Amino acid sequence: MTAPPVTPLLDAVAIWKSFGALEVLRGVDLSVTPGECLVLLGPSGSGKSTLLRCLNLLEPIASGSIMFEGKEIAGTPRKQAASLRRRMGMVFQNFELFQHLSALDNIAFGPVRVKHMPAKQARELAHHLLRKVHLPDKAAAFPDELSGGQQQRVAIARALAMEPALMLYDEPTSALDPETVGEVLSVMQELAEEGMTSIVVTHELGFARRAANEVVFMEAGLVAHRAPVAAFFDGSAPDRVVRFLHRMHG
Amino acid sequence: MHASLFQPSLLAQYLVSADFFQGAAMTLWLSVASLALGLGVGLLIAIGQEAPWRAVRSAVWAYIWLFRGTPVLLQLVFAFNVLPAFGVLLPGFACAVLALGLNEGAYMAEIMRSGIRAVGPGQRLAARALGLEEWRVMRWVVLPQALRIVIPPIGNQFVGMLKLSALVSVIGVKELLLTADETASGNFRYIETLTAAGVYYLALTTVFMAIQSVIERSFRRRPGARRAVVAENLQTVIR
Repeated sequence: MTAPPVTPLLDAVAIWKSFGALEVLRGVDLSVTPGECLVLLGPSGSGKSTLLRCLNLLEPIASGSIMFEGKEIAGTPRKQAASLRRRMGMVFQNFELFQHLSALDNIAFGPVRVKHMPAKQARELAHHLLRKVHLPDKAAAFPDELSGGQQQRVAIARALAMEPALMLYDEPTSALDPETVGEVLSVMQELAEEGMTSIVVTHELGFARRAANEVVFMEAGLVAHRAPVAAFFDGSAPDRVVRFLHRMHG
Repeated sequence: MHASLFQPSLLAQYLVSADFFQGAAMTLWLSVASLALGLGVGLLIAIGQEAPWRAVRSAVWAYIWLFRGTPVLLQLVFAFNVLPAFGVLLPGFACAVLALGLNEGAYMAEIMRSGIRAVGPGQRLAARALGLEEWRVMRWVVLPQALRIVIPPIGNQFVGMLKLSALVSVIGVKELLLTADETASGNFRYIETLTAAGVYYLALTTVFMAIQSVIERSFRRRPGARRAVVAENLQTVIR
């Protein structure tokens, strides 16, 4: 592997993390350059989701370094961590839209409550983002009136409203009905093609092939293999990666 | 001197009398004030229970332990008879609101906590991921959702408070029960006086149960209309 030619937007080095006696991350290295879409694959329990939460400081790490936008952010105190998180959008497996707010208000929520943007301007932004995720007519809908795929697209718009430098997707389609997976993945792909830097934890190999620049394979708290997308899938990957890919295809 | 056991005209007279009306107004005012204090205290306690600092959690635990573990009547008499010894001389009404409100706070805290806990951890995580500080997560994401959940039990507490307030008659606050008692002590017409008080209590509780169901329905109609949506989905599945 040669070093990335550009300065990484995010560069995590030797991340260790445990929950009690369980070592979830055992010295993970991960970096993403601006505009890159990085897909994180691996068996469940390999630490992928935990890694994402460590990257945006939702979980404290035991040791390691996280450089983000040229600054060391590992070990940032709670208060400042909140403002760093504004630069990273996160999308969750279970959407986690705010149940008491309409789709529009969910999207406007971050700009209004965090950035103190005037409500009118935030709503305009939210309308714009609803169009971007192909839900222009769902502004007034509440989360429980939307399908899973629609909720997840609103959740993506909610994250985008903060104008993040980096998007973190934590198994964004795992909780979806099969027929709505495609609409979410295509929104994510469009964003990636527009140059949105993304780290995507997923089991969707098709998405990895179409949208990823690089694929990282995690196993037992370690990065077991990392390769550009073409090389990752051409059969030259280590045996256990190939076996994993075969299992994924069923 | 052979009065009939029950004189409807006397009951009617009490029902429209200024004394009973004022007694009922005092019961209502006492209940509203105590519940308001209970709500404020309960909210603070509930948030205190979630505090990251052990000292705060211990203090809050002790509060609930104390106020739920002793009779409210004792707390009431304590406020009225013991506080003056420490130089705190409060009028009866203030003692009543203090005791009932602080006691209510301990119970309200449990209700609020159940509401706060019912808002899933994922909702907080999502809010934190957007960059909200902890108190904003509580203010803008957790509390608005918890409120919807706690409205029915808070309504019950209020109806309970209307009745509990009768206890303050022992410290001489002239609410409904004391009004009835004092009236009866003049003529021994206990049936009519107590019935009149009972009718006022029933009227108050009925009105508040009705208000409560209106509030609940208006909350169910909009956001968090989960039950309705589940029913709709079921129908779709059946179809």
